[in-house]
Amino acid sequence: MQALDVECSQTRQQPAVEVMLIIPFINSVRTVFNAMVELYTSINRLQLKSESTPAAYEISSIVGFNWDVIRNVISSFELRAPPKLSSAFADRDIDSSPPDCVDAVGELANMIAGGAKKNLGAAASITVPSVVIGKGRHIARHNELPGSVIPCHTPVGNFAVEANIKTIVSPQQRVEDYR
Amino acid sequence: MKILLVDDSKTMRNIQRKVLESLGQVEFSEAGDGLEALALLTDTASFDLMLIDWNMPNMDGITLVRKIRETDKRTPMIMVTTEAEKQRIIDAIKSGVNNYVIKPFTPESLQEKVHQTLAKARAA
Repeated sequence: MQALDVECSQTRQQPAVEVMLIIPFINSVRTVFNAMVELYTSINRLQLKSESTPAAYEISSIVGFNWDVIRNVISSFELRAPPKLSSAFADRDIDSSPPDCVDAVGELANMIAGGAKKNLGAAASITVPSVVIGKGRHIARHNELPGSVIPCHTPVGNFAVEANIKTIVSPQQRVEDYR
Repeated sequence: MKILLVDDSKTMRNIQRKVLESLGQVEFSEAGDGLEALALLTDTASFDLMLIDWNMPNMDGITLVRKIRETDKRTPMIMVTTEAEKQRIIDAIKSGVNNYVIKPFTPESLQEKVHQTLAKARAA
């Protein structure tokens, strides 16, 4: 199976993420933002986190997966992004404070996770999204599955989609380990 | 026309409301989960159409559909959800929904499914 090139700052190993597990998330982000927010979203280089680090941005929505390959999906939004994204999404002005903004962020995350699940063909159930707000938060996750972070940029702010996905060891690493 | 929107996201209910306003004279009712929806169904006479989300707290959409169909075989119901696997769609249809819309949707796709569903219900 093909592996994606990733940035990996948290570990000495160079694990690789299977393309077939990441592409569905990227496609889901694009579909959600094209269909319901009508904003162009650019996707930057994938990052891999092997240890718990603070969430990428201030507002995060967590959707749990009942599947051993993927455990949860965290969509984190830069503070300035949700009111504008949500207003575009709901096609009306949305207050930047809870509950409206939180509700919209939760629904966006729900659609991103749901779309990825569909693209993966996973017979897994997903949870209702939970939204947490605050700078520098650590979101506990399953240690055995590193976080694959997809950084995204829109004209109204940045966000990142982090999924705890099973990794494979790259062919190069296998050779280095053998030596 | 009376439409019941059942979704735990207020944002999603607002979007659906905006899309369905194009149907003309519509009176909307809203519920945030299956239990709230059942309470509305007890208190009011009936609805011409229901849009129901699958994943909701307290009572999910599929349970709500089954409860409604125990007594009401006629009111058209559309499941509007991120659940997109074939088996889920089959389960929903077996439980009694008349149509199925996968989120994210475009306004046009939702309108089309609503028109299809209402036309079939009228023809039946």
